[in-house]
Amino acid sequence: MIELNIPISEDRILSLHAGDAVAISGIATTGRDAAHKYMVERLIEAKGPLSKEDRCLYDELKTIYRGGAIYHCGPIVRKSDERWSIVSAGPTTSIREEGYEDKVIAAFGLRLVIGKGGMGPRTLAACRAHKAVYVHAIGGAGVTSAEAMVEVLDVFKMEEFGLPEAFWKIRFRLFPGIVTMDAHGRSLHAELAEQFDERLARILG
Amino acid sequence: MTCDEKNRLSGPDFSEALYSLIRRTACDLPEDVEQALKRACDHEAPNSTAQKVLSLFLENVGLARKKQIPLCQDTGLPLFFIRHPSGLSRQTIEKACADAVARATREQFLRPNAVDPVTARNSGNCVGAGIPGVYCEEGDGEALSVALMLKGGGSENVGRQYSLPDDALRAGRDPEGVRRVVLDAVRRAEGKGCAPGILGVCIGGDRGSGYLHSKHQLLRPLEDANPDPVLADLEKRILNDANRLGIGPLGLGGETTLLGVKIGALHRHPACYFVTVTYMCWECRRREIRIETDGTWRFL
Repeated sequence: MIELNIPISEDRILSLHAGDAVAISGIATTGRDAAHKYMVERLIEAKGPLSKEDRCLYDELKTIYRGGAIYHCGPIVRKSDERWSIVSAGPTTSIREEGYEDKVIAAFGLRLVIGKGGMGPRTLAACRAHKAVYVHAIGGAGVTSAEAMVEVLDVFKMEEFGLPEAFWKIRFRLFPGIVTMDAHGRSLHAELAEQFDERLARILG
Repeated sequence: MTCDEKNRLSGPDFSEALYSLIRRTACDLPEDVEQALKRACDHEAPNSTAQKVLSLFLENVGLARKKQIPLCQDTGLPLFFIRHPSGLSRQTIEKACADAVARATREQFLRPNAVDPVTARNSGNCVGAGIPGVYCEEGDGEALSVALMLKGGGSENVGRQYSLPDDALRAGRDPEGVRRVVLDAVRRAEGKGCAPGILGVCIGGDRGSGYLHSKHQLLRPLEDANPDPVLADLEKRILNDANRLGIGPLGLGGETTLLGVKIGALHRHPACYFVTVTYMCWECRRREIRIETDGTWRFL
């Protein structure tokens, strides 16, 4: 198990290879469908000047993501005594963000994209160009994943996006995953897909 | 049926029963599914990624049950399948289901999963147009049973419907054609529906009924045998073939790609031959309760 502490250096990313088991610690955010659409359309590729609120959030995200991580996850959260906590929080399917992720990696300098199911050639190319890796978390493991998300520090866009889709700023401690796409251009998903095709062709005859 | 018996649906016992059904379904994986995961874990190569992933699944299952926390953050779309005696008000049933869903969401046993597609607003209580799904069927006798399935969105996205014949897949209107398209669906799903999955398949029907009937198949226990010998054989063959694809748990490679295949059939229009596949993730969350005329209830 390789321990990764956010912020993560370029050299550290280059030392990782597809297949490595990792445990991630540090501050990161969740972000899924609404968050990715928002970051690309309203921040990164904004047509005009940003509103004060958007500018503020853009700056905040830049600070969190520089050398950091985004987790494709829509958690179940609980609020008691005015404090939020994470109840259940496994990964969501990453491929839906394929149209956005390369731009997000490039704009923020992300080092880790965490999710499930893998991503496509655009994200793989961005991982190579900007020195980032994709980490596959354990799909369906809501409870064990939540145990590694030890503190909710803040939340952004909760009203607009709803609880599952908001950016939850969280302190991670030894969050487990497997690197399946590395910064050297290797994707386990692409390699396995070729095997699946060959086997299917044989089975169907 | 007397008026009092009808009212068992609007009383506090019925709401409590539905709430308990939701809570247990979200937190406690059915025994047959857990056993199938344990067998798969033993079957995978020692220290393989597949075996490690399956043991992490089982650890999550145990912890969720112990701590009474939802197994997965995606508690899915709540789908109620109800068999009721004649004379019960469906409106009352639907309202009771929606109320129980809203309460379970307030208490974090469900995630708010109802989003208005036009305004992009989340309703906040997991209730909205068409959510929860409530499907009523009139049964014989006085028994009232409620089966609940929590159907995750990631696995829902990898479901597919084929119209046969399908030239590209060389699939004709026969069991072999069905086998070919269903295996195509499994291949395309890879790990994206949280493999190892369980397939609910419907042969025939129309574009709407096909999906609903395929979901009905997912209520069947993993170890049951299809009473139709043709379908029983097809289920076995597809399961066996799918587990030779090498997709494995979460699509990271391995011997276990599916835990089960359940196939049903509906009559079709002569022009149409649909094969509809619904993919259920490894966390196949389904439970059923039976409510007696005196309002007492139990899990089946």
